[in-house]
Amino acid sequence: MEQRTQSLRNVAWLWFGIMVAVLVMGFREAIFLTPKDAAQGDAGRIFYYHVPIAMLSLLFPYINFFASLTFLYWRRRDPLKALTADALALTAAEVTVVYASVCLLTGMLWGRATWGIWWTWDPRLTSMLLLWLLYVSYLTLRRFSSTGQSHTLAAVLSVFAAVDVPIVYMSIRWWRTQHPAPVFGGGPDSGIDPSMLPAFFWNLAGWAMWGICMMVFRFALERRRQLAEQEEALQAIEASLEIPQ
Amino acid sequence: MNYLHHLLDHLRKDLRLEWRSRDSINGMIFFALLVVVVFGLAFDPTGYPTTTRQISGAILWVALLFASITALNQSWAREQRNQVLEAQRMAPSPASTLFLGKALANMLFVLVVEAVMAPIFVVFFNLHPLGNVWLLLLILPLGTWALVVNGTFFAALGLRARNRELLLPLLLLPISLPALLAMVQATTGVLTGDLDPIQIGTWVKQLAGYDVIFTTVCILLFETVLNAE
Repeated sequence: MEQRTQSLRNVAWLWFGIMVAVLVMGFREAIFLTPKDAAQGDAGRIFYYHVPIAMLSLLFPYINFFASLTFLYWRRRDPLKALTADALALTAAEVTVVYASVCLLTGMLWGRATWGIWWTWDPRLTSMLLLWLLYVSYLTLRRFSSTGQSHTLAAVLSVFAAVDVPIVYMSIRWWRTQHPAPVFGGGPDSGIDPSMLPAFFWNLAGWAMWGICMMVFRFALERRRQLAEQEEALQAIEASLEIPQ
Repeated sequence: MNYLHHLLDHLRKDLRLEWRSRDSINGMIFFALLVVVVFGLAFDPTGYPTTTRQISGAILWVALLFASITALNQSWAREQRNQVLEAQRMAPSPASTLFLGKALANMLFVLVVEAVMAPIFVVFFNLHPLGNVWLLLLILPLGTWALVVNGTFFAALGLRARNRELLLPLLLLPISLPALLAMVQATTGVLTGDLDPIQIGTWVKQLAGYDVIFTTVCILLFETVLNAE
């Protein structure tokens, strides 16, 4: 057990080192090596941060959703495994909130530089804001509900959020839009110049690694908290048995 | 058939409870009236008829949304007295009938509030709708159901939480935003006459789709929430 923990810790440090290297690489590519954007100048370089983070912030909600479904399935059948799924759902939701916040903030900076406004009620911006709101409300529910049932209630809310997000997203097709069409797979003219690809992919890889790193770290922390809670409950039960009648 | 029977029993129980106290409906009507008065003071609606038409759809829905939130918490709190909810959990009838009965009862209450508020609203805002007003008879019930079905569900979800009065709007509003968007757009389109019937139809269809999807999700998950321990 001790050895396993040690080797896991080594893997984590190795991952962290590679992650920092990849992020430095991505920074160098994005800021120094890629040519300046013809229309937007240096402000266009925020693309290499905004778009990868936006893509990743749409990935973590899926982890949260599937972990929540797993929790609901295991809830009665195998409560201990279900707790693991619940810890995963919580960490995925927290990372989602972080990525969605960064996406919104970088988007605002970029919007100010190119559109001249910080914010517009365009469907894509609105749906990202809504994604952020949904997961903040998920975390709020976890804080507010009483300990015994917060896992189940949060899992139920996660299902609602997962159903809500595609509905919100579809409204893009029905409402006017100021945000550019999706860069990848958005139509015949979409896609980016090959000179931009290295910076984009280094950053995508780097931020994906960072997100996974945060998730694993937070997951380990949450698991320890759960185990400590179980230990405490067990001790309380044992102590209550020792009281002479 | 048996399911329908249980559902009607629950509905009848909720209607009778409300009939005896009339807390929810009176509270909601007065609250919605206050919201309308506050907005009326803020905007001077009689002076700017065009602006009034553009914003009154949103004001109407905001008033109804906040008013229904005040009543939704109450609708489950009255089940907690004398451990009625524990008895409901042990009852052999399907849990979703309890939920649907309560959601339908809440829907009726909010519809009554709408019927009372609509003339007051027209008078206070000096409103002259330019579109086909009969479409509101379709939009209002669909929008109300979207608010009430999720609201009833989340009120049950937050029932045993700390700060449950605060928790309900925090959960309900983000989930309801697509429905709110659709109903406000459709209502404003009818009032201003700016949207053509096809666009209004798209919003109404979106609203109906939202209703169907979330009613299904609520029915499927209600038992989990009721027995969450």
